[in-house]
Amino acid sequence: MYPSDLKYTKDHEWVRVDGGTGTVGITHFAQQQLGDVVYVELPEVGATLTIGQPFGTIESVKAVSELFAPVSGTVTAVNTDIKDRPDAVNSAPHDTWMIKVQLASPAEADALMNAADYEATLAH
Amino acid sequence: MNDTTPTPLKKTALHAAHVALGARMVPYGGWDMPVEYSGITAEHLAVRTAAGLFDVSHMGQIELAGPNALAAVQHITTNDASKLQNGQAQYSALTTPEGTFVDDVLVYRFAEKHYLLVVNASNIEKDHAWIAAHAPEAGEVAIVNSSDRYALIAVQGPKARGIVQKLTAVDLSTIKYYWFAHGEIAGVRGTLSRTGYTGEDGWEIFVPPQFATQVWNALLEAGKPEGLVPAGLGARDTLRLEAAMRLYGNDMDETSTVLECDLGWIVGWNKAEFTGKAVLDRQKAEGVAKKIVGFEMLDRAIARHGHAVMHDGAAVGVVTSGTHTPFLKKAIGMAYVPPALAAVGTEFTIDIRGRQARAVVVPMPFYKRPKA
Repeated sequence: MYPSDLKYTKDHEWVRVDGGTGTVGITHFAQQQLGDVVYVELPEVGATLTIGQPFGTIESVKAVSELFAPVSGTVTAVNTDIKDRPDAVNSAPHDTWMIKVQLASPAEADALMNAADYEATLAH
Repeated sequence: MNDTTPTPLKKTALHAAHVALGARMVPYGGWDMPVEYSGITAEHLAVRTAAGLFDVSHMGQIELAGPNALAAVQHITTNDASKLQNGQAQYSALTTPEGTFVDDVLVYRFAEKHYLLVVNASNIEKDHAWIAAHAPEAGEVAIVNSSDRYALIAVQGPKARGIVQKLTAVDLSTIKYYWFAHGEIAGVRGTLSRTGYTGEDGWEIFVPPQFATQVWNALLEAGKPEGLVPAGLGARDTLRLEAAMRLYGNDMDETSTVLECDLGWIVGWNKAEFTGKAVLDRQKAEGVAKKIVGFEMLDRAIARHGHAVMHDGAAVGVVTSGTHTPFLKKAIGMAYVPPALAAVGTEFTIDIRGRQARAVVVPMPFYKRPKA
């Protein structure tokens, strides 16, 4: 269920680290909790992220939630396809990325949970 | 997601059935209720195109009986209950002397001297106390909170009648909208009411709680070939909003009058007296200071309950309901605004977490079912 090549936060975001770049999305658990996603508000390229701080919002039919940065850094790309296909977040949460980030500190990503540890937090 | 409730949640007679169906349960009005089964969008669309099955047993029932029952109902509610015949229901409001909502209710005439009010789950105790205090002003009347005696199951959608008809000998084609009949359904004695809260044709079925699961399962089974699915409170909310039906606690409460809520059609203006009549008569003559309107977002954003309506840089109103609706596929909502901003076509902005998003006033209801 939770790919082993991703790192996870307690706020249910994932990040895939590739060199100095992190690719960010939300987890299967998060999309399940949200229900049908209808709108995702993301930052602009060039925006600065601080770990643990909100970087956007995600809305389902019933609720709005904040997206929290899993790492600090600078936004280098934004997935604009999500605007027209927000339901992809539900159908393929771990393949639907939201933003790419130039990492400010690679150590931050190392400290995040691996798949097994993340799954363990969902068990109770 | 982080709801914590100090008092234990009440469970309807169908609670175990919801859990068995894999429903996601949430606290609502003091009850542990199913918010969704397969997903709000799928359930919403099923109700618009086929049928949905809802547990609305959390709703309350308060009965008034005795020689003065009609006078009591007339005194405490706005609509003209003298127009009801046995077997007929009407939408109405339980009002304060200020013309504001204690609750919005359905009034059923069971018999000439016996009325049943269906009230909102979170208001049962408040309404019962209010009615006990004020109904006797019209004369001696028996008042019973009979909420525990009824489970309430709603079957809603274009296929609803065919599905319910499979399980009852009552000829449903003879029952008009907002009428009801007593009879057996799935072998259980109950009351079949052609009412609902979705904007579709449908039925609300009162049965004794001990037989609720039997009726629920029979309806699920009978409806399966027709595309009926169990539907939760999430879909119920998006469906009622598309149909522009008000929700107590969101769109109306003790700070909004019946006219401000644009429900003048549930006021019996020719009645000699009812609680709040003087205020409503005056507002009818002089106008209201705020009025509920329907709006559609022009910018890509979803307005939610509590967001401020802005005009010329100032907060002038408030959003009462808002969502992205699965059938119309638009962000819509309702808001209280000054009368100057209430005309269809008027644009204003809504402060959505600091961002100003444009919206335009549109006619309500947002969705109207096609004529059969």
